[in-house]
Parts: sequence; structure tokens; C-alpha cells
Amino acid sequence: MATKTLLNARESAITLNRLCCQLNEVHFPWNNSVIIGLQPRGTRLAEAIMQRLKQEHGVSHIPFGALDSTFHRDDFRRREEPIAASPNQMEVQIEGKRVILVDDVLYTGRSVRAAMDALQDYGRPHRVELCVLIDRRFSRELPIQPDFSGRRVDAIAEERVKLEWTEDFPTVLIESTAHAAKR
Amino acid sequence: MPQSAKLSTRHLLGIKGLTPEDIHLIMYWAAQFKEVINRPIKKVPSLRDITIANLFFENSTRTRLSFELAEKRLSADVINFATSNSSVKKGETLVDTVNNILAMKVDMVVMRHPEPGAAEFLSKHIDAQIVNAGDGTHEHPTQALLDAYSMQEKLGDLRGKRVVIVGDITHSRVALSNIYCLQKLGADVAVCGPATLIPRHIHSLGVMVIPRLEDALEWADVANMLRVQHERMDRAYFPSIREYHMRYGVTMEKLRSLESIPLILHPGPINRGVEITSEVADSEYAIILDQVQNGVAVRMAVLYLLASQGKNIS
Repeated sequence: MATKTLLNARESAITLNRLCCQLNEVHFPWNNSVIIGLQPRGTRLAEAIMQRLKQEHGVSHIPFGALDSTFHRDDFRRREEPIAASPNQMEVQIEGKRVILVDDVLYTGRSVRAAMDALQDYGRPHRVELCVLIDRRFSRELPIQPDFSGRRVDAIAEERVKLEWTEDFPTVLIESTAHAAKR
Repeated sequence: MPQSAKLSTRHLLGIKGLTPEDIHLIMYWAAQFKEVINRPIKKVPSLRDITIANLFFENSTRTRLSFELAEKRLSADVINFATSNSSVKKGETLVDTVNNILAMKVDMVVMRHPEPGAAEFLSKHIDAQIVNAGDGTHEHPTQALLDAYSMQEKLGDLRGKRVVIVGDITHSRVALSNIYCLQKLGADVAVCGPATLIPRHIHSLGVMVIPRLEDALEWADVANMLRVQHERMDRAYFPSIREYHMRYGVTMEKLRSLESIPLILHPGPINRGVEITSEVADSEYAIILDQVQNGVAVRMAVLYLLASQGKNIS
């Protein structure tokens, strides 16, 4: 299995900082916006973004929730085993707010579709935006595009893009599973 | 914590056929669904393409309601069937009745039946997945799972915990399923009750018999009080209800005389003043209503896990 590094921790820190600037430009002063991390991996990124917004940009309070979309997925009974669920932490009001969904990697768009479905259970947001660290373009199976994206990458289906967190910033790796698939 | 895994079986016929990993997997998912049923909107769309038939050949209120609620919270289509208004009274056999229902394209059958082994029999003759909701005096797996889940929620890991099941062990499917389930989770299980209502060979299951309730309560971390099932008692197993209550009924005085008070469970419906007094049932030691709430979550977990490995669509 070949692995290459797309972003090291230093590079991802720069990218994350730019994402924070872009989010702040649109959402400042954050009194009508909510950040929702998509469980499980988007939550970690959402927390890193919030931490940066607070430390570097002086934002005092950002309403935050963690949303799990397992039960709204469209591949239940179509895969061998069910995907493990994560808890929802949605003690936040989204009715009439600008909601920013945060996920680590945008690939087929199916998780985001499920998340939008799951979000409906909590109210009707004024707007829903999508913020991802990595956008695997040309691989979408649904008409979903990010509003804020850290880095675009052309990865083929046999490759897996994943984040490895060390302290505050992730390393982004591309793992090739093509070799494993042939065997 | 199981990341993603599936059950070792296509049907839930009894606890006896489950592995400890199966039970832990169901518990894991039950916790996820407990979170779901405490959301403002309690419904998820996972089972929207599944039709479930609830076949109740024996009276039941809470189990049927609990299953129905679990099915609806998972967005399954539900049909209900009770013998009181069916062709079973006209002489139709079990397989015929169920095949007729399956001809209407049902994916899963939840069945309660007065005959032990009815669920297993059915699973061999029809194509749908079967969930046993109680078969005679044999097993009642979802009750045992929800009891174990409720105990685990209060006490943590059940390994080495002591559980006493009190009452009519002979006629109780809840007792048998509880014994299997708790032992698979590593708990020590004892039974307590009138000698006439304790099966002679209960030792072969690795279960201890404690004749006096006071000793049993002193020993136990958890007491699961079974209902006195008047309807299954074809003869007098004990002299009177009053005597039963005096010897095997849990009262506040009995609890207060203990060094540490065990958790009190009851599968319901309670005969207040027989197995436990009203005072105990409404006390902080009884978790009877937690059991009812957990029942829905556990049944959602069972249905979800079984559905995920039913006929694969693609």
C-alpha cells in the first residue's frame, strides 16, 4: 500500500487558517451562524476551526453541534455491515440560522446528503453551507459542492484520502489501495 | 466498542443461540438508539423499505406496543395481527397463517406464541426473518436483552455482578432468557422462589438456588422480580398470594434491613403488593420505567441489525 502526503501539519495549518479567514469574512460577528461538525471525523475538524476562530480571530462565542447521519444514509442494507453510529450533540438552535456543515473530506457527496436530511429533524435553517478541508473533485455522485474548501485533489476511486491528527493540525494522506484490490 | 460488525444469526429466536459478541453488539446499537429516541424528532428512516408483521398469538400489551414503537421509529411499515380476530380461530395452521401473510411480501415477522419452539419452527419453514417475542415458557430474548441493558446502564460491566431472579422460574420465559443472557455477559445468576416453582434441574444451567428471599437480596447486586403468572398456573403451586407475598415479596422493611440495597427490576405488568409493594415499585431502587424505555431502544437495535443482514438489495 503506497501512501503519499498531500498536506503536512504545517501546510494544513496554513490551509485551516485560510478557511477560518474565509468563514469569518462571511459569518462575522457570528450571531446568526452555527457550526455543525459531521460525526465522526468532521467534528474534529470543526473543533479545530472553532479553536482557531477564537484564538486568532477573537470570536468569543460560536454555537456548535455535532450531527450523526448514520440512520439517514442511503446505503443501509446495500453494504455488508452497518456503519457504526456516533452520538448527536445538537443542543443548538438551527431554526432560521445560517448553518455551516463541516466535514473532513468531500467525496461522493452521499454523507452530506444524509446529513442534510438528518439536519431537517432539528429545524429549518435559513441557509446551509458546506465547509470541507479536502474536496475530491470529479468524484461526486450527487449535485453537491462545497462553499468553503481547503484543498482540491484529484484522487482516483482506488485511493483513500484520510486525515491523521497530531495535536492541533492534521496530516492529510492519500493511501493507494489499488494494489490491495488486485490481490 | 464494536466498530462495524454483524450478528451471527439471521433470526432472533432465543438468547441461547447468540454469542456474547452478538449481545454486546446489540447493546452497543441500543445505546445509539436510546440517543435517537431522546431526540426532539425520534424517527429515523433506516427501515423505510421494510415491512414487518407483528403476529401475536398470545395476549400482550407492552411487548407489542414496544415492538410497534421500535418499528415505527425506524420507519418500517407495520402490520398487526392478533389471534382474537383472525382465521386461526377457524382452524388455520401456523405455517399457513404466516405464509398467507408473507405472500403479501413481508420482510420480517415478530411473533409471540403460546407454544415453546414456535419461532424456531417458523424460521425453518418460511423465508422471512423471525424475531421471537416470547414462545410459551421457552424464551423471551428481547426482554432479557433489555433487562441486561438496563442493569449495565446502572452498574457498568456485568462481569462478576450477582443477579437473582425471584419468583416463578418454571413458567417463566423471561427467567430462562435472562439466565442465558446474564451468564453470557459473565454475571453470576441465582434463582429464588417457592420450591414448587423452581425447575428440578436448574443446577444444570449453572444457576444457584437461594431458598430465602432475605439471603438472596443480601447476596445480590440486582434482583429481577418476576410476575406471578396466574394464567400459567394450572394448579396451586403455593398456598396463597398472601403467603407468597410474605415470603417472596420485596418490601421496604426487607430492603432497609440489608447492608446494600440491590437494583430492583420487574418485567411488568406488576402485581402491586404481590412480588413487590407499591412503595418499592415507586422507590429509587426500582428501575422498572427505565426498562420500558430501554425496551424500545433494544428492540430498535435488534430490528436494525437483523434488517442490515436480511436480503441484500443490490
